[in-house]
Amino acid sequence: MKALRRYLDELHPKFARGGPWERFYPLYEAADTFLYSPADVTDGPSHIRDAMDLKRMMSLVVFALGPCILMACYNTGLQANLALESQVSAGVIASPADTGWRAALLEGLGLGFSAGNVLACFVHGLLYFLPVYLMTQIAGGFWEVLFACIRRHEVNEGFLVTGMLFPLTLPPTIPLWQVALGISFGVVIGKEVFGGTGKNFLNPALTARAFLYFAYPAFMSGDKVWVAVDGYTAATPLGALATAPKEMGIQSIETGLDISWADAFLGTIPGSMGETSTLCCLLGAIVLIATGVGSWRIMLSVLVGALGSAALFNLGAEGSDNPMFQMTPLWHLVTGGLAFGLVFMATDPVSASMTESGKWAYGLLIGVMTTLIRVINPGYPEGIMLAILFGNVFAPLIDYVVIQANIKRRLARSAQA
Amino acid sequence: MESHLSLFFESVFSKNLALAFFLGMCTYLALSKSVKTAWGLGLAVIVIQTITVALNNLIFQYLLREGALSWTGISGASEIDLRFIGLICYIGTIAAMVQILEMTLDRFFPAMHQQLGIFLPLITVNCAILGGTLLMIESDLDFAHSVTYGFSTGVGWALAILALAGIREKLKYSDVPPALRGLGITFITVGLMSLAFMSFAGIDI
Repeated sequence: MKALRRYLDELHPKFARGGPWERFYPLYEAADTFLYSPADVTDGPSHIRDAMDLKRMMSLVVFALGPCILMACYNTGLQANLALESQVSAGVIASPADTGWRAALLEGLGLGFSAGNVLACFVHGLLYFLPVYLMTQIAGGFWEVLFACIRRHEVNEGFLVTGMLFPLTLPPTIPLWQVALGISFGVVIGKEVFGGTGKNFLNPALTARAFLYFAYPAFMSGDKVWVAVDGYTAATPLGALATAPKEMGIQSIETGLDISWADAFLGTIPGSMGETSTLCCLLGAIVLIATGVGSWRIMLSVLVGALGSAALFNLGAEGSDNPMFQMTPLWHLVTGGLAFGLVFMATDPVSASMTESGKWAYGLLIGVMTTLIRVINPGYPEGIMLAILFGNVFAPLIDYVVIQANIKRRLARSAQA
Repeated sequence: MESHLSLFFESVFSKNLALAFFLGMCTYLALSKSVKTAWGLGLAVIVIQTITVALNNLIFQYLLREGALSWTGISGASEIDLRFIGLICYIGTIAAMVQILEMTLDRFFPAMHQQLGIFLPLITVNCAILGGTLLMIESDLDFAHSVTYGFSTGVGWALAILALAGIREKLKYSDVPPALRGLGITFITVGLMSLAFMSFAGIDI
């Protein structure tokens, strides 16, 4: 280890100001601080001493995402294997082995395509998740480093989280060039033009996803994209219910899709790769709350807003033709990306409200908007992504109002004294 | 005709004048640097929009549209169609209303005039105001609905400029590349806000 430190120290003058590779200092800095704690100390007049720096914080978020990532791989593979099994038994394809390079690789490893085999499912899903993840890292990392070199700021760990969240919100069938395009938009327009990590006002991962959603709706929604098998259609519970006839109601999920509430809670249902499992999001939430990285106020208020308004809509289920009214709050919680969004996206400390009472208002706004879009907007069966972006837009205004109210209250108090 | 509530919801959110139609951009971009200013301007737009859209609705109904003059009892009035002078009439009404309102406020509500005063003349040339009237005529609203429409488009515009002002106050601490500082980054910001407002597209209550 000492040799490595010495090597880095020897390299330092080359990258420092005046050195031949001055322009690439951010790359050196990133590698150095990734391997060793930085030697710099804060020297301004006011600062907080804490072992919790940006790197630790962002690593913790990635750690909290762990269960979701594992589940993303397992479930993607499980859904694909289930689909292959049904296609074989229906006679659509002769054998799953000749359906592309992934199948050949699985066959070569001797894992097979059994939906009951956890490892086979996991590896199959990994073969879908990994390319998307690597593409995100390569394309997003390119912009991150380019901006860092030209604008002379550090390469931040913010991208580690963005680059992890973004692939988890995508359907497994997404073409890789769209992944690259989406993350480029998210990183450059959503973050870097404002000056990098901490300076943006929208969540970069969601900006990237929303861009793809509106630019290529056929690849981001509908029944064909959720299971990674050619020509196989599977609706998400939200999508199925939105188009179900009124009499079918919630039955369209339970008997139509054969998905029970427990399935949806565990996450063995079709959907975006990382968002299906409410259980895994719950585990992540525990880590985030216990370490103080994610705000419990935001999580709780989004939950209250979404489930409260869902309960209100549910009251009017009898008199409405809209089948979405029949969805109970508990079903809302386990379907779609509500749990994933409220734990990992809404709590993004940069784009959320900063003030403590502002966080309540911000969370409620997101929660209510999520249910509103899901239930009354026929165009979008899922609402959490757009609701969070909407919340991001109003977060600074909410903060402004809270701060002004504080100033007014304190002025009144000091006038009395 | 649709209910007042759904008209309100539609014109505040899904058909927001600033973020869906991009109307009134000049004042929207120029006066959104601080929330305080945005609040004054937003209030002025709500007041003016409510009055002028309703007034222009009356003008259209009883003076301009084909056969509108038949209430005068002049022979052949039912064939008169004055829609071609519509634009001049509407903009004239707006300008006159702004002047009258400014004088009234100055005389009777000096405190309010202090707050709104400088914004009122600016609004005369705001295309969101004229746009509101023209969209109202296009969707052929009756008088009561036009009042709701004017009020709610005003509220939507005010909400949009308040949100932008909040974001711009926050962006003061950002490190925007020199070439984009000022209007450049504001245009990008408005574009991203509009992306978030797309969530309402297609809602039809």
